[in-house]
Amino acid sequence: MSDLAERFKNGLWRDNPGLVQLLGLCPLLAVTASFVNGLGLGLATLGVLVASNALVSATRRWIQTEIRVPIYVVIIASLVTCTELVFKAWFPELDRTLGIFIPLIVTNCAIVARAEVFASRNPVGASIIDGLTMGLGFALLLMAIGAFREIIGQGSLFSRMDMLLGGEPVRGIVFVDQGWLLMLLPPGAFFCLALAIAAKNAIDRRRYNVNAPTSRLARRLDR
Amino acid sequence: MSDRPIWKSGVTLGSIAAVCTALVALTWQLTAERIELNKKLWLERSLQPALAGLFFDSPVTESVLTIPPPHGLPGTDAVVVYRVYAGDMPVAALFDITARDGYAGPIRMLVGIAMDGKVSGVRVIEHRETPGLGDRIDILKSDWVLQFDGHSLSDPDVAQWAIKRDGGDFDQLTGASVTPRAVIKAIKETLIYFSANRDAIFAAASEDAS
Repeated sequence: MSDLAERFKNGLWRDNPGLVQLLGLCPLLAVTASFVNGLGLGLATLGVLVASNALVSATRRWIQTEIRVPIYVVIIASLVTCTELVFKAWFPELDRTLGIFIPLIVTNCAIVARAEVFASRNPVGASIIDGLTMGLGFALLLMAIGAFREIIGQGSLFSRMDMLLGGEPVRGIVFVDQGWLLMLLPPGAFFCLALAIAAKNAIDRRRYNVNAPTSRLARRLDR
Repeated sequence: MSDRPIWKSGVTLGSIAAVCTALVALTWQLTAERIELNKKLWLERSLQPALAGLFFDSPVTESVLTIPPPHGLPGTDAVVVYRVYAGDMPVAALFDITARDGYAGPIRMLVGIAMDGKVSGVRVIEHRETPGLGDRIDILKSDWVLQFDGHSLSDPDVAQWAIKRDGGDFDQLTGASVTPRAVIKAIKETLIYFSANRDAIFAAASEDAS
């Protein structure tokens, strides 16, 4: 049980794919202009990651090392295609907003990294949990950045949640009518990611009471 | 490197690819119908708002006409026109046009024009204008696009179909002038086309809507 808690801590915080491993930054930066975008892409990535970890782990005994990468690519690409079809069928609005970034989950290196580093060496159950924790870490980061950018850039939160939940278009909770535009534009994405990473490092440093700049040191001290 | 023969790797790769293809095929089977339905629903639903206030009793997508270039309408591609009827009486024409001179790429919009030449509604359906500035042409962001409802080529005069900064009659958007200019120009061109070709549009044979 404590192992499970440990794994969640790893995925959500200590080894967070976005904050620490800095993987999958392209979709992370590009779609997080609003909370609903972050949530949608986060869930899609989570689903693909869990399924790809499960498949890679289940087939790991038959996969010769020299052809493992093409096999990962085939597995991940098929799963992403399935995800895209599911989005088109059940969340057409969100599919239109996320656009190219659903098919681009294929290129999210967080997924291939987990296949290579974890799923290819561990049993199916453990790999699914790994996919779940890592995917959740990535999704939560997407949602946090999405929410932050939406509040500052647009002055609202949870706007267009109808894209996931269905129903009439909603404007969400509107705080002010006009936000700070820069946050919605690409530079805002970089600022937010930098702030998030800085915040994580600051918290780690305070928690472990060290002055070293890397969270890796903090990790080592924790053990 | 293992010393296994290469054909074994090929077989492994091939069979995994086959399984994955089967998975995709199955998902496609399960979703194809819904995706098709979504597309139709979305089209119908996105067309309706541009015909606000008009009475019609047929699906908008029932009577479709494609006008090949050159046509004098905005854009260089063929333009799709939806003809809307109440019974046998033509009620309005709905133009699916693309303005090429937006600030950040083409602006695709629907322009509904009633038989009397008045704009029944304009909706921007695809654009990449700057968030917070030009993107207020989108009905989800502001009501700007509603100001054209009920206006025609004679109200205001053709020369007045411009933003106020250019001496016209219509509101501009603070911080963006390229975008509203492109939208207004496109509407104006569509109105001019409609007034010149109204009868031809409704006389032309219909195509299969699907």
